[in-house]
Amino acid sequence: MNTEANSARRSHLLGRLFIYGSLLALAAFYLMPLWVMIVTSLKSLDEIYAGSFVGLPKAITFEAWEKAWGQACIGTACDGLRPYFINSLLMVIPAVILSTGIGAINGYILTKWRFPGSNFFFGMLLFGCFLPFQAVILPMAQLLGSLRLSGTIPGLVLVHTVYGISFTTLFFRNYFITIPDELTRAAQIDGAGFFRIFFSVMLPAALPIIVVSCIWQFTQIWNDFLFGVSFTAGQSSPITVALNNIVNVTMGRKQYNVDMAAAMIAAIPTLVVYIVAGRYFVRGLTAGAVKG
Amino acid sequence: MSTLEIDRVRKSYGIHEVLKEVSISIGTGDFLVLLGPSGCGKSTLLNMIAGLDSITGGEIRIAGKVVNDLSPKDRDIAMVFQSYALYPTMTVRQNIEFGMKIRGITPPERDKAVRTAADLLQMSHLLDRKPSQLSGGQRQRVAMGRAIVRQPKLFLFDEPLSNLDAKLRVDMRTEIKRLHARLGTTIVYVTHDQIEAMTLATRVAVMKDGVVQQLDEPQVVYDRPANVYVAKFVGSPSMNIIPGVLEVQGTVVSAVVDIAKRGSARISGVAVSPETARKYAGKRVLVGIRPENFSIAAGDIRPTLTVDVDVVEPTGPDTLVVFHCSGAEVTARLPPKQASAGREAALCVDTSKVVIFDADTENRID
Repeated sequence: MNTEANSARRSHLLGRLFIYGSLLALAAFYLMPLWVMIVTSLKSLDEIYAGSFVGLPKAITFEAWEKAWGQACIGTACDGLRPYFINSLLMVIPAVILSTGIGAINGYILTKWRFPGSNFFFGMLLFGCFLPFQAVILPMAQLLGSLRLSGTIPGLVLVHTVYGISFTTLFFRNYFITIPDELTRAAQIDGAGFFRIFFSVMLPAALPIIVVSCIWQFTQIWNDFLFGVSFTAGQSSPITVALNNIVNVTMGRKQYNVDMAAAMIAAIPTLVVYIVAGRYFVRGLTAGAVKG
Repeated sequence: MSTLEIDRVRKSYGIHEVLKEVSISIGTGDFLVLLGPSGCGKSTLLNMIAGLDSITGGEIRIAGKVVNDLSPKDRDIAMVFQSYALYPTMTVRQNIEFGMKIRGITPPERDKAVRTAADLLQMSHLLDRKPSQLSGGQRQRVAMGRAIVRQPKLFLFDEPLSNLDAKLRVDMRTEIKRLHARLGTTIVYVTHDQIEAMTLATRVAVMKDGVVQQLDEPQVVYDRPANVYVAKFVGSPSMNIIPGVLEVQGTVVSAVVDIAKRGSARISGVAVSPETARKYAGKRVLVGIRPENFSIAAGDIRPTLTVDVDVVEPTGPDTLVVFHCSGAEVTARLPPKQASAGREAALCVDTSKVVIFDADTENRID
């Protein structure tokens, strides 16, 4: 009896060990690149070339970070990533606000102020989600040219806003359709008009999906490389393009520590957004009807 | 003065006609119930009164003023919805204040109105809660509070009780009735529940397929239904409709019905006019008898019909007895323990309450 119970317990323990063991191993495997990036960025170049790649740094130094931020050479200028980081912020903030705002109004109209053919309109808008980036580059370049926005940050804002509307409209339309129509009717009887209902009734109820839309758009736009490299050049490039240039421009020994620090700097904003608002992301994606 | 006149109003979506020339007119302080099954057009009509749906033809006048082209906010109405439609992100107080804020009423006045409404509906302690923290009955109360502070000419209720459980529904029904008595405002109330219509209304409009079948006081609708449809829709269990023949002997008019295996039974003293009696003598008619107009023949009274009881359903206060008559299933509401299944029962009929319908048009004949 006793031995039987013991062996059952042992096999249970073994099972647990196996599960946690493999989970830990896989987690370590996926975290390896991040680990290498962090430790490499904190080492001096001499230490790296002495052969240590994976191990902890002997002496922690933030030189590489300082260099990547303020001194690294991109093309002929040696100002580091800072101006491009600012470029990316100048691009991502208006683009996220505009695309989320327009998506919210679209979703509101498509659910609460339907017009003949509104479903067809929505279907056509969804095509935008499936259009490959490559397909729009040439026409977009022509459009930016005729708007005299070629090679500028406002041009990139326009591109990302237009491209993002399909997704944000989808988000908001699917969210607002779960809000009962009686709510808009009640507000109409209370005397509220189109925008009053939107700002006072619909938007406050849409907080989870606003967060989802912002995270999604922020990540897409911040990480975009193709539009950045196609429509900007030199000083107006976003950070992803600048990062590419840092890594590709080499004078003397390849500066692995600076490359790693630069890559970390480029990745930090999206990480921060996820960590701060990530729980709303999951909540917003699974949010059902607003019962009120 | 807040009368409501619905004058030959029509509504169609494309070729599909939802309302066909509906005309209803009620006076100040009336409680009009639009009663009918889903799809009869009653909610559409309410939305047209509210201004949430456009009017295809005809006129709607509130307090004598044509409102066809006015937006909802300019019609001086307030509406309570089936799903309550409370703004989910606002507190109860903000919900009630929202409309007043839009109309530019000053904060002290708003506060006073909120307090009066909260007192009236006994929900002062709920003012700072969100709708999600309220029970169904409390949400209903808030929705009514939001309507009351408007002090409208016309209250509109769209099936306000159908999301509540049975007991709460009865409580809230009483509350609505009390509210109407206290405020005296004209009310239009949509429901598919005939009990709500009977208990609340001063006027009932029974609707079917976009047509008003009968518009009258609830008791009249119950006692003298305009046609077989109304007879069956109002009352539970519904009125028994038994095929029969009208027989005239001198001044006595009788309805003759068949009892299975027992031959015919004669219900004498049916109240119809002499002209009708002449016109329908010997013709097929439909005889309408409410379940409670049957009684057990006791003592020396000669029974009107003797029947074989099929099923007995005790409900507590009384027992429903089911038998067959002229091929129709008939239900009688009798005192408990007076009949048992498989046995015969001798029944009397209160002939003054019997209603006769034309067999073809199914309209009542007097």
